Amino acid sequence: MSENTSIIITGVGGQGILLASRVLSSAALKAGHQVKISETHGMAQRGGSVITHLRYGSTIYSPLISVGQADYVLGFEKLEAVRCIPYLNKNGLLIINDQEIPPLPVLLGQIIYPEITADSFRSSAPRLLLLKASAKAQQLGNSRVVNMILLGCLAQYLDISREHWQSAIEECVQPKYLELNEQAFTAGMQIQ
Amino acid sequence: MHKVLLTGNEAIARGAFEFGVGVGAGYPGTPSTEILENFVNYPGVYAEWAPNEKVALEVGFGASLAGARALVTMKHVGLNVAADPFMTMSYTGVNGGLVLISADDPGMYSSQNEQDNRFYARFAKIPLLEPSDSQEAKDFLKEAYLISEQFDTPVLFRLTTRLSHTRTPVLIGEDSSGPVVRDWQKNISKFVMLPGYARKRHLVVEERRLRLQEYAETSGLNQVVWGSRSIGIIASGVVFNFAREALGEDASYLKLGLTYPLPLQLISAFASQVERLIVVEELEPFLEDQIKAAGIAVEGKSLFPRVGELDPVLIEQGIRGASRFEAYYQIPDGLPGRPPIMCPGCPHRSVFYVLHKLKARVTGDIGCYTLGAMTPFEAMDTCLCMGASIGASLGMEKARGSEFARRLVAVIGDSTFVHSGITGLIDHIYNQSTGTIIILDNRTTAMTGHQDHPATGLTLSGQETAKLDLVALVRSLGVRSVRTVDPYDLKATEQVIREEMDREELSVIITNRPCVMISKERLLKEMTHQDKCTGCKKCLRLGCPALYLAGDRVRRDEELCNNCAVCEQVCPQVKGETEEDE
Repeated sequence: MSENTSIIITGVGGQGILLASRVLSSAALKAGHQVKISETHGMAQRGGSVITHLRYGSTIYSPLISVGQADYVLGFEKLEAVRCIPYLNKNGLLIINDQEIPPLPVLLGQIIYPEITADSFRSSAPRLLLLKASAKAQQLGNSRVVNMILLGCLAQYLDISREHWQSAIEECVQPKYLELNEQAFTAGMQIQ
Repeated sequence: MHKVLLTGNEAIARGAFEFGVGVGAGYPGTPSTEILENFVNYPGVYAEWAPNEKVALEVGFGASLAGARALVTMKHVGLNVAADPFMTMSYTGVNGGLVLISADDPGMYSSQNEQDNRFYARFAKIPLLEPSDSQEAKDFLKEAYLISEQFDTPVLFRLTTRLSHTRTPVLIGEDSSGPVVRDWQKNISKFVMLPGYARKRHLVVEERRLRLQEYAETSGLNQVVWGSRSIGIIASGVVFNFAREALGEDASYLKLGLTYPLPLQLISAFASQVERLIVVEELEPFLEDQIKAAGIAVEGKSLFPRVGELDPVLIEQGIRGASRFEAYYQIPDGLPGRPPIMCPGCPHRSVFYVLHKLKARVTGDIGCYTLGAMTPFEAMDTCLCMGASIGASLGMEKARGSEFARRLVAVIGDSTFVHSGITGLIDHIYNQSTGTIIILDNRTTAMTGHQDHPATGLTLSGQETAKLDLVALVRSLGVRSVRTVDPYDLKATEQVIREEMDREELSVIITNRPCVMISKERLLKEMTHQDKCTGCKKCLRLGCPALYLAGDRVRRDEELCNNCAVCEQVCPQVKGETEEDE
C-alpha cells in the first residue's frame, strides 16, 4: 500500500487541528487522490486528546490508520505527539511542535510532564523534526495560526503542488483571515 | 456534478436536500448533531431542534402524514427516548417517506453506553440501512426514502461515529427543485391506533416484513465483492472497509447495505461458494445470530470483541491469529493521560468546587458538567441518562428520608432540563420532596457544540423566538423557593447552595452565566493572586487549565485565562487570610 499516504494529526482540543486537516484533505482531493479523513468531535474537544487520521492515494479502504502504518505524525503538542509514535511506519517522520500543554494531572502536581527533547527520540523514532511553531506564530501576530505553520512544514514532504495547497486554503479559511493563514503556511514551508 | 469531501453527517444533509425532504427534526447528540446543522442551511427546507427525541420523531410523524418527506436525527440513546412513537409508527406507516437516523457510538467517544441500535429495526420490524462511507450515506438515503414510500414504513438508517465524522469524497447531485409533498388523506383506521385498528395494522406489518425480505434478496444495497474464496466475509457499514483493509484480495465479501430484514437466500448462496464464512460486526452478534438461526454455519463473535470499535488490526488478529500491522516504535510507560476538562472560565467550575467543599451527595446528568465527577472535584455520584438526576434524587430521599436529603443535590443543565428534567421536577413537587435541584443554565447545549434550545430564544435557523423562562416555569410548577445566582461570585454561590440544602422544602437554584465559549461576558477583573502566591495551591483545586505549578508557585496562563476571577476568590492571600477557611 506504499502508493497511499497516511498521516496522523494530533494535539489538544481547541488547537485548530480540524482546520489543518480540512485544508490538507482538500488539497489532496484537488490533486486527484482518493481521500478519507477521520476526525474527533464531542467530549474530547473539551481540552482532551484529539487525533485525526488522514489517508490519501489511489484506493483507500479503512479511514483509520493502523499501528505501524503512518508515514507522518504531525503533533501540535509534544505529549500528544509522543502518544502517537506507535502509528509511525519504519521510515515515518515525526513532526513535533515544541509546545507543552500540561494535562490536568500535571497541573495538579500529581505527575510531572515528561521531558521531551530532540535527543529523547533518537533511539525510538529516528526521523524527527522539533519545531518552534508557536513562537513563529506569535511573531506573525496570532498564536492561532500555528496550525498553518505546521501544515506548511509537512507540505514540503508531500507530493501536492503549491497551487492545490493555495486553493485548499482559500476554500477552508474565512476571507478575513486568509492573508494571515497564507503567510503562516509559507513560513512553515520555509522551515528547514 | 462535482466532488467534495463531506462527513457522513454532511452527506446525509445534502442527500436529504437533493431528494426533496421538507421537514427535519432532531435533538443534538454526538455523533448525530451536524446533520440538521447542515440541512437547515439548504433553501426551502424546514429544520428544527425539538426539546427531545420523542418530540422530534412525533414532528416527523406529523410531517410525513401531511405529505412531506421527513428526516429525524438523534444519537443512539435518543432512540430510547423516541422508542414509544417509533414502535407504533411501524403499524401506522407513513405518507411522505420518513427516515430516522440513529447515530451509534461504538467505543463510546461521547456517550454513556454503546448499545447496538440495529436491534430496534428487528424489534419494530422496520427496514434498516447501513452505509459504509459518505457517498453511500447520500445514495442510500435516497433508497431509504424510496423504500419508505414503496413499503409504507419508516426506515431506520444507522450511522456510527466513525462514519458520521469521517470525510470522504461525495459527488454533488442536482439541487432539489423544492420539497416533495404528497396529498393528505384522512385515514382513521391507518393512523388512529385504537386496539381494533392496531390489530389489523399488525397483520399489515407482518405481511410487509415478508415483502421486505423478498426485496432484500435482490436489492442493489447488498453486493458481493469477489476475491479469494477461502474466506467469505459478511459485513456492513464502515466495518466493511476495515475488513477490506485487513484482508484485501485474500477474501470475498458480502457487503450488506440493507441489514434488516436479511437476505437469507443470498447469504446462503454466498456461504456455499466460500470455504470459511465469517461475520465481522461491531458490538452485538446481530447478523450472526440471525444467520445461525437460519441454519447457516458461520463464525463471528468467537473471533472479535463484543465491546468497542473494531479496526483492521482487530479483524486480522481475529481471523489469522496475528496482524501484520505492528508498531515499530514504542512509547515510554507512564505518560500522563489527558482527560477532557472544564474550560478556563467555565461557569460550572465554582458550583462543583462548592459541592465538593460541602461534601454534597450529587445526582448528576448528561452534559459538560458531568466532568464534575472527575478529579479534582469528584462531586457527582450518579450519571445515568438525560434527566435522570432529578428522578434519582427523589428516589434517594424516599429511600433514606429527609435528613439524608439535606446533603442531596441534583445537578442538571438547561438543555437537559428542558429535554427531560421537567417531568422529574413535577414528581418532586407532586410527591413532596425536600430536595435541592441546581439548573446550570449556560444558555446553550454546550457539550454537543452549542446548539440552541427552547430556553435560549433562538431557533435552529437562528431566528428569534419565544424564550422559555426557566424561573417562571419552575415557579409555575409549584416550587416556592427558586433562586438565581451568579456562579462567578463564589461567596454568593456557596451561600445560596448552603442555604437551599439546609432548607426543609424543595428548592431550585438556577445559575445564570452563559457558556464561556459563546459569551463575550467577562469580569475582566485585574487578577493579583499570582503576585501574592505563597504556594498553598488552594486555587489548583479548581482544576482550571489556566493555572499551573511553576516550581512551588502557581502561575496563571494569561492566554488561556478567560478572566472569570473565581481563582482570585479562593486565594487566601487575596482574601487577606492567613489560614485556610475550612
